[in-house]
Amino acid sequence: MPKRQDIETILVIGSGPIVIGQAAEFDYAGTQACLALKEEGYKVILVNSNPATIMTDTEIADKVYMEPLTFEFVSRIIRKERPDAILPTLGGQTGLNLAVELAKAGVLAECGVEILGTKLEAIEKAEDREQFRALMNELGEPVPESEIIHSLEEAYAFVEKVGYPVIVRPAFTLGGTGGGICTNEEELIDIVSTGLKLSPVHQCLLEKSIAGYKEIEYEVMRDANDNAIVVCNMENIDPVGIHTGDSIVVAPSQTLSDREYQLLRNASLRIIRALGIEGGCNVQLALDPHSFHYYVIEVNPRVSRSSALASKATGYPIAKLAAKIAVGLTLDEMINPVTGKTYACFEPALDYVVTKIPRFPFDKFESANRRLGTQMKATGEVMAIGRTFEESLLKAVRSLETGVYHLELKDAENITNEVIEKRIRKAGDERLFYIAEALRRGFTVEQIHEWSQIDRFFLTKMENIVRYETVIRDHIGDIEVLRKAKKIGFSDAAIAKLWNISERDVYEMRKQAGIVPVYKMVDTCAAEFESETPYYYSTYEEENESVVTARESVVVLGSGPIRIGQGIEFDYATVHSVWAIKEAGYEAIIINNNPETVSTDFSTSDKLYFEPLTIEDVMHVIDLEKPVGVIVQFGGQTAINLAAELAARGVRILGTSLEDLDRAEDRDKFEQALSDLGIPKPQGKTAFSVEEAVRIAKEIGYPVLVRPSYVLGGRAMEIVYQEKELLHYMEHAVKVNPQHPVLIDRYLIGKEIEVDAVSDGEAVLIPGIMEHIERAGVHSGDSIAVYPPQTLTDKIKRKIVDYTIKLAKGLRIVGLLNIQFVMYQDEVYVLEVNPRSSRTVPFLSKITGVPMANIATKVILGAKLADLGYETGLRQESEGVYVKVPVFSFAKLRNVDISLGPEMKSTGEVIGKDITFEKALYKGLVASGIHIRPHGAVLLTVADKDKEDAVEIARRFYEIGYQLLATSGTAEVLKAADIPVTVVNKIRSASPNILDVIRQGKVQVVINTLTKGKQPESDGFRIRREAVENGIPCLTSLDTARAMLQVIESMTFSTTAMTQRMVRA
Amino acid sequence: MKRQLVLEDGSFFIGEAFGSTEKTVGEVVFNTGMTGYQEILTDPSYCGQIVTMTYPLIGNYGINRDDFESIEPHIHGFIVKEVCDVPSNWRNEMTLDEYLKEKKIPGLAGIDTRKLTRIIRQYGTLKGMICDLDVSVREVAEYLKATELPRDQVKRVSTKSAYPSPGRGYRVVLVDFGMKHGILRELNKRNCDVIVLPYNATAEDVLRLHPDGVMLSNGPGDPKDVPEAIKMIGGILGKVPLFGICLGHQLFALACGADTEKMKFGHRGSNHPVKHLATGKVAITSQNHGYTVKKESLCNTRLEITHIALNDGTIEGLRHLDYPAFTVQYHPEASPGPEDANSLFDEFIAMIREFKKEGEIVHA
Repeated sequence: MPKRQDIETILVIGSGPIVIGQAAEFDYAGTQACLALKEEGYKVILVNSNPATIMTDTEIADKVYMEPLTFEFVSRIIRKERPDAILPTLGGQTGLNLAVELAKAGVLAECGVEILGTKLEAIEKAEDREQFRALMNELGEPVPESEIIHSLEEAYAFVEKVGYPVIVRPAFTLGGTGGGICTNEEELIDIVSTGLKLSPVHQCLLEKSIAGYKEIEYEVMRDANDNAIVVCNMENIDPVGIHTGDSIVVAPSQTLSDREYQLLRNASLRIIRALGIEGGCNVQLALDPHSFHYYVIEVNPRVSRSSALASKATGYPIAKLAAKIAVGLTLDEMINPVTGKTYACFEPALDYVVTKIPRFPFDKFESANRRLGTQMKATGEVMAIGRTFEESLLKAVRSLETGVYHLELKDAENITNEVIEKRIRKAGDERLFYIAEALRRGFTVEQIHEWSQIDRFFLTKMENIVRYETVIRDHIGDIEVLRKAKKIGFSDAAIAKLWNISERDVYEMRKQAGIVPVYKMVDTCAAEFESETPYYYSTYEEENESVVTARESVVVLGSGPIRIGQGIEFDYATVHSVWAIKEAGYEAIIINNNPETVSTDFSTSDKLYFEPLTIEDVMHVIDLEKPVGVIVQFGGQTAINLAAELAARGVRILGTSLEDLDRAEDRDKFEQALSDLGIPKPQGKTAFSVEEAVRIAKEIGYPVLVRPSYVLGGRAMEIVYQEKELLHYMEHAVKVNPQHPVLIDRYLIGKEIEVDAVSDGEAVLIPGIMEHIERAGVHSGDSIAVYPPQTLTDKIKRKIVDYTIKLAKGLRIVGLLNIQFVMYQDEVYVLEVNPRSSRTVPFLSKITGVPMANIATKVILGAKLADLGYETGLRQESEGVYVKVPVFSFAKLRNVDISLGPEMKSTGEVIGKDITFEKALYKGLVASGIHIRPHGAVLLTVADKDKEDAVEIARRFYEIGYQLLATSGTAEVLKAADIPVTVVNKIRSASPNILDVIRQGKVQVVINTLTKGKQPESDGFRIRREAVENGIPCLTSLDTARAMLQVIESMTFSTTAMTQRMVRA
Repeated sequence: MKRQLVLEDGSFFIGEAFGSTEKTVGEVVFNTGMTGYQEILTDPSYCGQIVTMTYPLIGNYGINRDDFESIEPHIHGFIVKEVCDVPSNWRNEMTLDEYLKEKKIPGLAGIDTRKLTRIIRQYGTLKGMICDLDVSVREVAEYLKATELPRDQVKRVSTKSAYPSPGRGYRVVLVDFGMKHGILRELNKRNCDVIVLPYNATAEDVLRLHPDGVMLSNGPGDPKDVPEAIKMIGGILGKVPLFGICLGHQLFALACGADTEKMKFGHRGSNHPVKHLATGKVAITSQNHGYTVKKESLCNTRLEITHIALNDGTIEGLRHLDYPAFTVQYHPEASPGPEDANSLFDEFIAMIREFKKEGEIVHA
């Protein structure tokens, strides 16, 4: 069918900030979709609040709105733009929910906006539990039996019907509190009774447990002509019970016979047809490992993380085609963009194995509960492709960048068998590694299968890997063993360890013996048709398909999986760098392993190598391609960390030289550079022992910032205010010794300022200065940044510009640099210089209109800023005010302290822009998910050091009519200042205590700076968690509180009574 | 044990032997299905062929009791990237290696099957031999070039004598040119009273059984190698409703005056889109054929194209303009592969019903 002519303008809703469960995959999907719609001649209006996305580039849509994804703002845009249609299925759950809200409120009908792709009714049928069950019953598709019960008797009756085990989910308790699995009567009595008690409505949902079933997913597509296809099926290695986003997943399914495959395929196609979806859809199924019996678990009537994975796993661009289907095109009339010869209406055939492993944030959140279950916890994922399962798995493992290059646990020798069994039975993020260790200790596949329910197929493959370790160890230097080891997928690092030689030695040994990988193409069709897709993966086989062209090429290293501290911002810069390389006339080659991103869309670069970002895998590409050089500035710390070893192997690092990178990264060299340049930094020293640390701290004065020298990115960094805290830190947080010293810096309590700049070595372009709301001490990624600065004097700005130019030149930066300053008593100190792209590059590029990554790339390739039309110095400030507000995923991570500090905790960010600071901040806060109420109650519990500041804040809340609640200590201070306050009981005292007040929704804002620390038992911690779990904004920095107050004040009027005159007698 | 595959163009692949270690010669073809190796191994249409699977891991779910498409396999060799020694599936009864050993079928594993596939794609289907390493590759290649492969596959795989598969519904004569069990299964599912006849049954043999419909099965090789079947079809055309699959479709076309030709490397896999011209709808189908009906040869026939392959436009379905007869090049019985086209069997039943109704009116 031809595309629709009756619509012209289409509104696309993005997915907003990156949070756990909704990451870069929607930028990939959204970008593809917008471009596809434009390609078909439609006018595309995009709304998304996430500035770190490619989709919000003005080239991607005809009109881009970076506004909060709320009913209020999107309605406003619809009323203004009057689009003919809205495409809600590309913006994750956020986009879908918003579309439903707009439809239900009548906004779409009022403005004559049609929902494209999936009809509202279908969305509801898929999303609403009851409607979904009804539909499945109608289709004869089985769903796990379940029932709502109100008493133990009803529970018994249900179990009688379906048998054990059953899952109990108490109604309306947060985070599934009180639920659990019952395998016998005793547990049933226990869990159901507690569950009924905990549930405010005394209700529990009982569901037949299908834990242990195989979890299989089908990515299906359908068009308006009812053509329906399966793009890809995937099998979770972790059986049902662990969220698919947290599971290790392989594509295609490995343990299903054709009958099982077709059984589930038929079910998936029946469902997409019954829902009438026009576009893509994800169907999750559970298959009994002992029969043909299956259940439908869930249907997502939209593109999803799984569809992004399926797109990268097969090469088939689901989002792009889904967008075209939404405007009426049918699968059989669209060309498969991969082959360029065949049609999109077919089912991709894979001739490789894909493995996806999730990336978890537990390295940042050490106290978090690492147990995996139905709540997703991963922030990102890696994907690897191989011609055997072993190869694919091991490539994925070393893509994770967790310091692990093989199936191994750190400090394995200290782990008892009991712990191993426990960790395999109750899955955590490291289960895979515990399994390998168990196999190494001689536990059988059968035993581990019993513990984990993981299919023996996968366990046997893991056993193959572990068994070959022994062969390798017993054959040191044996070339044939080396060849076999590489075919199985062993990394050079793993072999080196077994042979007790260096990784480089293994690499050289291989090169001499000609043991190098070849590259195969991902072509959707298993080589049946000729394809020109420049999408490759390495494997140890005979024929290499990656043809090196005569053009000069440049390799860009991507940033790997999304994790806290290294998010989508780096992919944004990577993509722009690739485009700039193409513009400059070179062949742009990218190496990356993150399936969620735009950078790994094969249409982004001239050549895509989907590979781990380790020295070995990167060198293989370089050995083949022989590029002019490698750009490491855009791939975050991942790429920077590879620079030294690449240079050591003779690879040319383009842009800032390795030596100069090192000068910015190495503390001593950096200090030397600063003192040469005459730029001040907070006083600091290196301590090699506890005693020395104490002495240094005393010398430079508390508070001090302490951190281990060997970890980057703010990990284990803390601010300590007194010696007692310092000693505690030295004892618990770090192992100090001469190899691992601890850095101690004076902590200057001042305003933090951030600058990104581009330098060509001579000229230094500074697009803008950003001022942070939170004072230094809160990680820059977790601070609210404001552009242009609202409180800086011209003198300070000049100083910042001066220092930035000096630093750029002094450090001989060619490309990007990011500097963080602190302003303390009218002097500006440098905190940190990052000789690379930063988190703020997309934000600053968008608001200033300076395409920083593009310019930096061209400079790196030899252009001068002057040739590109830029000159040294600070650009004239743009009109309006722009804020970048961090977004956290705390609700999804139990046992994590939410208080802000030097360690980064946010997963994403949003932009707020308007004509005044208050309006911009309002939008930013709203976009980040905070509800701002003009009146209500605020709960204050602050640390002693903050009490003075708290008085001022409390008074302002009082002036605008907020009710104040505080714990006794804080309350006393307020009372002394004549501010009316209600005292609430402390945690361990009688009800209603402070937790009850939060739970019962009696406060709208919580301000808490109490007992910062990671110990879950502390009061401050519990108060903060309670707030998060009840969805109440909890501010842990008084600076944030002040900013929010400013917004509320601007929205309301304060009322002040007349001064009472003294009545004269 | 190391063995090799030698191709007629002189290229060779050294891999690890599994299954039988006999020497074998055949036409080397590839199948892109990711599941269904047991059905493929036992599909008689592969008689005389050495099949390589493009999906690298084969044997993962073992061999089970139920998924055979014929009692004895007729495939000449099986090539995979990796053969699974420890299969895992609740129906698994033996490994692929054990099965091929039992059935004396040579297998070869551990070779770059994607390279092999690309060679076949470029040069077209070629002859090959799986043999030991102690032979001269050049000599084998020359031998292969000079050798003409046998053309009697249909005779070898067809049933030697007629047998019934009784039911209470319509009587269907199923002519076995190398029939997959799946076809019989679909007819039985529809209560048909099936009588299976050998490939060389005459029109009289067929009509003597008073069938309500005749089903022409799939089978191996070149349709022109089975002239007796073409003659038989000519003899029953118009007298009884006809449904043909794969080789049955090609034989039908020849019987109606059209022509067939060999394809470069054929269609083998579970992901082939076929467009139904009347509705514009596409079904994903299971296919296995190396010959096709020539489009231009239809001009002097009473045949109409009903289905085409979406990708290369080749004929996938035909209908007779005057008589109740239709055929498809693909496999609506699936096994292995998608079941999208399963309703064709219902259409066959409906056609029989329609034909009988019209017959009654004529006789009245």
